[in-house]
Amino acid sequence: MTLEFSPEARQRAETIIRRYPPQYKKAAVIPLLHLAQEEWGYISAEAMAYVATLIEAPPVKVAEVATFYPMFNKEPIGKYEIQVCHTLPCALTGCGRIVKHLCEKLNIQVGQTTPDRRFTLKKVECLAACDRGPVMLVNKTLYTNLTLEQVDDILNGLE
Amino acid sequence: MEPQSPPLVRLTIDDQPVAVPADTTIWEAARGMGIHIPVLCHHPKLRPVAVCRVCAVDVEKSRVMPAACIRQVEEGIVVRTDTDRVRRARKTLVELLLAEHPTPCAKHARSHDCELELLGEQLDITSPRFSIRPSSFVLRPFPPDPSSAVIAVDLNACILCDRCIRACDEVQVNEVIGRAEKGHRAHIVFDDGKPMGESTCVSCGECQAYCPTGALIDKPLMQVKAPSTVQTVDSVCPYCGVGCGVTYHVHDNTIVQVTGRTDGHTEGRLCVKGRYGFDYSHHPQRLTVPLIRKDEAYPKQPLSADFTDYKEFRDSLRSPEWNERIRETFREATWDEALDLSARRLMDIKTRFGSGALAGFGSAKVTNEEAYLFQKLIRTVFGTNNVDHCTRLCHASSVAALMETIGSGAVSNIFQEALDADVLLVIGSNANENHPVAATYFKQAAKRGVTLIVMDPRRPPLANQATHYVRFKPGTDVALLNGLMHVILRDGLHDDAFVRERTENFEALREMVQQYPPDVVEKITGVPREMIERIAFAYGRAERAMIFWGMGISQHTTGTDNARCLISLCLLTGNIGRRGTGLHPLRGQNNVQGASDVGLIPFALPGYQRVDDLAVRTKFERAWGVPLDPRPGLTVVEIMHAALHGDIKGMLMMGENPFLSDPNMNKVRKALQALDFLVVQDIFLTETAEFADVILPASTAAEKEGTYVNTNRMVQLGRKAVDPPGQARIDGDILIDLANRMMEIEAGVRGQGSGVRKWEYRTSRDVWDEIVPLTPLFDGITYDEMARRTVIWPHDEQIIFTQTFPRGRGKFVPAEFAPANELPDAEYPFVLNTGRVLQHWHTGTMTRRTKALDEIAPEPFVEVAPDDLTRLGVRDGDWVTVASRRGVITLRTKASTKVSPGSVFIPFHFKEAAVNLLTNDALDPYGKIPEFKFCAVRVEKAR
Repeated sequence: MTLEFSPEARQRAETIIRRYPPQYKKAAVIPLLHLAQEEWGYISAEAMAYVATLIEAPPVKVAEVATFYPMFNKEPIGKYEIQVCHTLPCALTGCGRIVKHLCEKLNIQVGQTTPDRRFTLKKVECLAACDRGPVMLVNKTLYTNLTLEQVDDILNGLE
Repeated sequence: MEPQSPPLVRLTIDDQPVAVPADTTIWEAARGMGIHIPVLCHHPKLRPVAVCRVCAVDVEKSRVMPAACIRQVEEGIVVRTDTDRVRRARKTLVELLLAEHPTPCAKHARSHDCELELLGEQLDITSPRFSIRPSSFVLRPFPPDPSSAVIAVDLNACILCDRCIRACDEVQVNEVIGRAEKGHRAHIVFDDGKPMGESTCVSCGECQAYCPTGALIDKPLMQVKAPSTVQTVDSVCPYCGVGCGVTYHVHDNTIVQVTGRTDGHTEGRLCVKGRYGFDYSHHPQRLTVPLIRKDEAYPKQPLSADFTDYKEFRDSLRSPEWNERIRETFREATWDEALDLSARRLMDIKTRFGSGALAGFGSAKVTNEEAYLFQKLIRTVFGTNNVDHCTRLCHASSVAALMETIGSGAVSNIFQEALDADVLLVIGSNANENHPVAATYFKQAAKRGVTLIVMDPRRPPLANQATHYVRFKPGTDVALLNGLMHVILRDGLHDDAFVRERTENFEALREMVQQYPPDVVEKITGVPREMIERIAFAYGRAERAMIFWGMGISQHTTGTDNARCLISLCLLTGNIGRRGTGLHPLRGQNNVQGASDVGLIPFALPGYQRVDDLAVRTKFERAWGVPLDPRPGLTVVEIMHAALHGDIKGMLMMGENPFLSDPNMNKVRKALQALDFLVVQDIFLTETAEFADVILPASTAAEKEGTYVNTNRMVQLGRKAVDPPGQARIDGDILIDLANRMMEIEAGVRGQGSGVRKWEYRTSRDVWDEIVPLTPLFDGITYDEMARRTVIWPHDEQIIFTQTFPRGRGKFVPAEFAPANELPDAEYPFVLNTGRVLQHWHTGTMTRRTKALDEIAPEPFVEVAPDDLTRLGVRDGDWVTVASRRGVITLRTKASTKVSPGSVFIPFHFKEAAVNLLTNDALDPYGKIPEFKFCAVRVEKAR
């Protein structure tokens, strides 16, 4: 069975594609990948092939884009996606300790998901809060000026 | 008007002044001066991308060292290619690349030609300064990917030069390869990250040909030994009418690899058959000894009977037991015995029943010289014009229409001109699979902005690149094309001046197409009227439009009418006689053009000179010294009918396998069984040879010298790469020997003693020298010139019909829509379409005996639309029976949206589900071509 958008997502996809002239459907690749990620939580190979059919492009052209951006998950992720910034200002303010602490606490490596599928831990590039490092993003919430205790509190506060 | 050449720019490279056109790159300018700047990511045939930077050079006053491969020259710049700074940068880059490169990689180990390692050797890099640290960022080492049948993938040797991506995207336009992830993790992927063998890769091998390292490398199809002793022979591909230039790599009388000739007209491009389908020449089942049917093996029965067990059949293609089964029916003989017997029996039939009781099927796979000798043998020794070949089954109707309307069956323009056109109309042609390398030019054209219109009831892969894809109901071509002309005339898009000055019978056409307004045509063809108008506008308004067609047009009972309509469309808009315009029926076999050119057809002597023309006959009678039969002979299917009725009693077949290739196989079987005497010369024991009385072992294209004419009218010299196996001989020599023996017998009967004019040809060149003076279209074409370059006929005229047509004015022949011969009904509700797959060639005699092609496409299948599968209660891959009024076969389904609901498609290569058991042998009345593309069938779940 091939993958397909739900009727609602399908409608949104059509709206996105209509933004571009018909001969430049390929331009819709990134918004459609976002939509796919919203729909299925991650971008599987099938999802790439499906998006390719929507924009009438060879699958490899979608794969190139999807794999280029780390924000597109290529594998299923946990309920909470924890993204710790490891760019220079955060590194100087101690993001290394935060990551190490998270690894120990969740008992996983960077890039992995806990077996109960609750947490996925990632190191990412700049989250645009350099004056408040170290920072991390949990799903769509940004936490700044982090200390180890705060990290514990945040984790404890999650369902 | 010629495009103006760009102004010259003066610059200095390594202290030498030079002036080059403004759009030249520094790398090209240097190369022109004999200065070699090393490159890894660059290739002269690919767009420069400057990702490897090893070509960086010093340019005075420049802020950075620019990449010579991409930086264009500028007035007055001073370039240095060999300063310390350049050398240091280059060396560092190569060292960094080598640090990650397995040394030696597979390519270097095989043939010492990894471009990175050679550069390292050249720069004296013995032990790299850098090492890679394992980290979560580094994906290395990559596991090997052996999934492709023909290419071994080792991403560890990859240097991310992107040449494979450009080869796949821009040269072959298959768009399978890409670059995934980024930074340290960047690597090559296929499709959405599949193993190569499971991706949409069509195994053309272009990526591998461009790969500088061992990342993508040909798997050895034959065992290679010491690479230093490999010899190369330039020749021509033995498969389709595109006629790509190939180089055979030969070791110890064995072809070990085939590569594309970059000096050939297809610029080194090949498809999976041409590149990887060569090992049939060395197959253990090759016929190596003449065979004579044993007395106890009469009456004749097919050896392989009715193979329906797939596995058993596939096994038989390589099992030595097959040779045992042959020995039960045939015994080995000497050449003298086999030829004497053949000569005696054939001459006996001639004496008792007359020349008309004999016939010959030649082949479009042999050389011009051999085809010429074959028809000469049939005409002068057999004494009949009953000589034909498989051209009858492919473009006979196209040629009939072209002869009638224009006066020549030749293509007007070469297919590479697709790149010069504004609009391409490709109809009834699945070029990606049947003329893969020609298709690369169509795809390239579409990519560069040429409007590509693809019209076909079965969606061909070319539709993916098309601007417009039109699916119409099978067999309604005439209505559709008349509809296009209706709109063109209605809206005044025709070329009035051209119609007035260069055509005739226009009023008749106008009257006919008047009856095909878009709403009527929509009802017949199922194509929406807006689409009909859109296509008519696109073609009608084009400055330069080209039409390509294939068997989808010709293999119908209305085949000639279909072609007439295409010709009318072209004449109506004046799209002929100029670059990027014209008519191009894509020729099927590697030498179907040539075989027809040299007279392997029943109504014409070499050069399309009609046998019923007294002046022509007189010329040939004088040259050949024999009186000729003034009556045109019978065609392929007519000969089979005559054999069935006992009118034809003896036949010679050279490299033709009508058993599997002709329609209505059960009838062909009876016809072959009915023959009194059948001689077959071939490379394998074909299904047809199973009915032979004498089998003569012949040779493959790689085993002989001779010329071939491709679809572009290019005459190309094929050279001998290896010796034939065992006692096998080349076809031409067999024919000479047989002719001489028959002539001796005849002279004896007539009591003329030794007064016969013996055939004495020492080489294929001797034969060519006899052909040319008799065949005006080859005027001025010599072996010496062909040895140097590709020559086109008429000599060096790439575009023909520029001023006039061979018949003077082009004639409009209006055609009325008529339905196919056998329409679907309640009992047989599906329309059956037949054709080929990319990997196989016709009856599979060659391709099913090659390792790679058989591995990729091992089995027959029937394509059924998903909705029809549901209706039939059958799943994808289930076994079904497909039955027509003439036969029934069993095979697996393949769910496919290529076919429209109500239609099914079956390739005809596979004997274990031979689709020609089902096809209809109804003929086009003019071209005498059978209706392979349309008959009614029933599909049922197999029990």
